[in-house]
Amino acid sequence: MPKVSVRLFATLQRYLPPANIGEATVMDVSPGTTVQSLLGELGVPLEQVKIVMINGIHTETDYVLQEGDRVGVFPPVAGG
Amino acid sequence: MEKLLRVDMSNLEARFEDLPDKYALLGGRAMTAAIVADEVAPTVHPLSERNKLVFAPGILTGTTAPSSGRLSVGAKSPLTGTIKESNAGGISAQKLASLGIRALVVEGKPAEKGFYVLVLSSEGARIEPAGDLAGLGCYELNRRLWEKYGKNSGLMCIGPAGEAGMPTAGVSTNDRENHPGRYAGRGGLGAVMGSKGLKAIVLLCDKVFEAPVAEPEKFKEAQKLLSKAILEHPVTAQALPAFGTAVLINILNEAGGLPTKNFSAGRFEEAAKTGGEAMAEFCKTRGGKGKMGHGCHPGCIIRCSNIIPDEKGEVACAPVEYESSWALGANCGIGDLDTIARLNYLCNDVGLDTIETGVTIGVLMEGGLLAFGDGSGAIALLDTEVRNVTPLGRIVGAGAAVAGKTFGVVRVPVVKSQGMPAYDPRAVKGIGVTYATSTMGADHTAGYSVATNILKVGGFVDPLQAEGQVDLARNLQIATAFVDASGLCLFTAFPLLDIDYALPAVADMYAARLGRPFTVADALEAGKEVLRVERKFNEAAGFTKAHDRLPDFMKYEKLLPHDVVFDVTDEELDTVHNF
Repeated sequence: MPKVSVRLFATLQRYLPPANIGEATVMDVSPGTTVQSLLGELGVPLEQVKIVMINGIHTETDYVLQEGDRVGVFPPVAGG
Repeated sequence: MEKLLRVDMSNLEARFEDLPDKYALLGGRAMTAAIVADEVAPTVHPLSERNKLVFAPGILTGTTAPSSGRLSVGAKSPLTGTIKESNAGGISAQKLASLGIRALVVEGKPAEKGFYVLVLSSEGARIEPAGDLAGLGCYELNRRLWEKYGKNSGLMCIGPAGEAGMPTAGVSTNDRENHPGRYAGRGGLGAVMGSKGLKAIVLLCDKVFEAPVAEPEKFKEAQKLLSKAILEHPVTAQALPAFGTAVLINILNEAGGLPTKNFSAGRFEEAAKTGGEAMAEFCKTRGGKGKMGHGCHPGCIIRCSNIIPDEKGEVACAPVEYESSWALGANCGIGDLDTIARLNYLCNDVGLDTIETGVTIGVLMEGGLLAFGDGSGAIALLDTEVRNVTPLGRIVGAGAAVAGKTFGVVRVPVVKSQGMPAYDPRAVKGIGVTYATSTMGADHTAGYSVATNILKVGGFVDPLQAEGQVDLARNLQIATAFVDASGLCLFTAFPLLDIDYALPAVADMYAARLGRPFTVADALEAGKEVLRVERKFNEAAGFTKAHDRLPDFMKYEKLLPHDVVFDVTDEELDTVHNF
């Protein structure tokens, strides 16, 4: 089963609180799992998801997770 | 009748003039740019009596428009040698506008070195000797000025760095709690203020929303729409008040564009400890005076500011913004929020721009003066060397370009001698185009391509590709020049970019404020005109397209994790200002 490391940020943190700040949660997912289905399993309301990055690249939620992927998920955020 | 106040520091005289017709539609950055271009020869020495320092509230500042209390400060910059506008929040701009002052021009310099305080009220202007206020850091200075002139006074002042003419000194303005942390920080305008012998400007005015509005009913209608847009947009309604601007730390880190250890990598392993989520956690667990969702001026409905508490719940620093947390954190290899807050406090106190200071210390770390991650060494540089104006302190206060030359460093992240903010242009190429071509030197606020490259606001342009970045940076620079003239906080740009009725509402507010027709097309034309005026000044000051470039190392040194260089071509960069 592919092993992926997942970080949810800002208001989404509550759906997968990190053990220590900034630390990824490492998860085994079934082959063929998409970002969308992973977020569904975690109970994340998809309408709150604005940005998904896989290994630092902006990606859509239908992306199929691969072994070793670094997943970062954000609600709408900005600053400057 | 709205006024222009001219303060001649050579004779210590202040006089009010009717606002010339040609400036009637100008506010904020449009006003400071026009006056500097009209009255300052582009080749003057920035610290000479021939430079002028201009303060201007925006057109909508001092009205009931939401989040509109911004101040523009302009002059020829001692850091870059270009025209310069630096923009701040705080409580002073609304007071200036409520006093009917559309522009405050400080010129000349005293014949004998000495420092003064300019006191403004509805009764007029007076100039008083600063006495023993000279030499003070901004925290003690602000405390004494409120004690002497009354609470709620608007304060615009400089610390020891500005007095000493350090080219990265900023102009401090106070917030409602009298913290001096709302800075017009960039480009050394504090040094220009110091060169004129002006330690502080005190605004005695309890009015906030008294700028004249020609058609109040029409204004109110449009204002409601803009408020609705700000409160509807998830960024301005939720993310910014909950986590502040430093919510960006994690997303830039994730995107591989968080400049780390003097722009040598795009990710910092300790980034999360320095981000907005960590700050919110500090405020929650430490309590006391800590606060997220702090508004920097009355009438702000975004409230992105914060008060970061120390371990005892006392104020460590207010605010700690994204740029400051990054500059004094990841860029210096420092991952401890308490140390970052202390460094930010010291910048505010001695009177230095936090971005430039962090970039400079990063270069000094690269040059071997101190090690990356050495927080106490960095604290000593500010608290001892800069505060006491030692020769080393002067190098710190001279900025990253000078520090790089002094220590023989090649990797010096500057454009037009101004340090780059918190986005590596190799991994966020749109902001690289803005850094290269802005009239201000490396300035993220001049055309915030990060919104579209990283945050998916205003659409999406892939940050790692060269395609589309020039058009993006051009359009954002034009729109931003207008926003900077309006006095609206730049963060209103997030709803302005995404919600279709928001920008027409701003144009309608302009029309109602000024009592003349004003459309969205007029707004964009006004933005273009600001850029034209600034470019013309810079060209006459000796700047060519060869200056509209990023430092060479970014073309060949690959940035991890994406292994990318900056590859927007010079020819493409030269088309940014074709409009």
